[in-house]
Amino acid sequence: MSVPLTLLGLLEREPSHGYDLKRDYDTYFGRGKPLPYGQVYATLARLARDGKAVAGEAEPGGGPDRKRYAITPAGTAEVEACLAEPSEPEPHLQTVLFAKVVLALMLGRPAEHYLDLQRGAHLRRMRELTEVRRAGPLVDTLLADYGLFHLEADLHWIDTTTARLGELAELVRAS
Amino acid sequence: MNNSLIRARGVVKSFGQTPALRGADVQVAAGEILAVMGPSGSGKSTLLHCLAGIFPPDEGEISFDGQRLDQMDETRRTELRRTAFGFVFQFGQLVPELTAADNVALPLLLGRIRRKAAYQVAGQWLTRLGLEDKGGRRTGELSGGEAQRVAVARALAVGPRVLFADEPTGSLDSLTGEKVMDLLTSLARERGVTVVLVTHDARVAAYADRQVMVRDGRMATLEPSATLGGLRR
Repeated sequence: MSVPLTLLGLLEREPSHGYDLKRDYDTYFGRGKPLPYGQVYATLARLARDGKAVAGEAEPGGGPDRKRYAITPAGTAEVEACLAEPSEPEPHLQTVLFAKVVLALMLGRPAEHYLDLQRGAHLRRMRELTEVRRAGPLVDTLLADYGLFHLEADLHWIDTTTARLGELAELVRAS
Repeated sequence: MNNSLIRARGVVKSFGQTPALRGADVQVAAGEILAVMGPSGSGKSTLLHCLAGIFPPDEGEISFDGQRLDQMDETRRTELRRTAFGFVFQFGQLVPELTAADNVALPLLLGRIRRKAAYQVAGQWLTRLGLEDKGGRRTGELSGGEAQRVAVARALAVGPRVLFADEPTGSLDSLTGEKVMDLLTSLARERGVTVVLVTHDARVAAYADRQVMVRDGRMATLEPSATLGGLRR
């Protein structure tokens, strides 16, 4: 979900200052990758320009921008449309990993070994995430779960591809 | 790995004409939790059974704490399995007619610990595994997750140096399986118990300190090494 849509969603909850939006974004959506203040205010300015949010009067107090932003009906409609529309189930057919395997087979390099190394890297990451979910609060656990399920899906693909490498090698070499 | 508690080198094992292991090498450090992964029929369970002294290898060496398992007679290996090793299998292999407390106390009684002390230890372990109110229930009446926790309690109650677990969550749903793995690995780490865990499930393997992979009876390399540049078909 894009940053503008996420901020718009946070605004639908309640009118907020840029500072509050950044705090909530970083807590729930930007884990490990905080949103720069500059991007928050630039995004809010664009949302206001496009009629999806309105800025209130500047309020007295510290900080560079003490305007409170509120969502407009157009903004609310956009949030609703985004939430109701299923995301595109992308098949990811041209992943880096797929390209590496095909290239390795084309070049007569040990594709199976490369896949094993990739498996090792995935398992290391899964160990880290498992540690996060063991120790962390529920939000961290659920986010780690998301990562774990995706890595697990990649591993299933690696298993299947490893089992079918001979077949793929014949196909690649014949073309 | 200089502090290996278990070391296997060139292990070959066949069943009739069917080779299961074709020269497997693995080392497990004291206190380490090692996951052995691999597809069905890869030889991973056979490797566990060889490391635990259940199957003698046809060729190769297996040592535990410096003692050659492959050269021990069956009596000595049985003794080692009873005193130094604990086991957790996919379906628990509990005695369904006995209570949870009976099942946990059983290996202690076989080790000639007095009945009262055995049941006291069993009760403590059931409590550690969150089963303090299930001690009097027949294990056949427990849920899959509860039964597997009884199996973990039974395995750890004897104070093993190594816990061998073969697909310990294979019959459980994922959340229950995670709870069992959380308990198993936490208790093993707390007690310094070495664990050899066989699983095909990457999420279960991720609880381990290290993973190795068996494919066609041999170990696959999952870590980069200096020799990769020379690997070409």
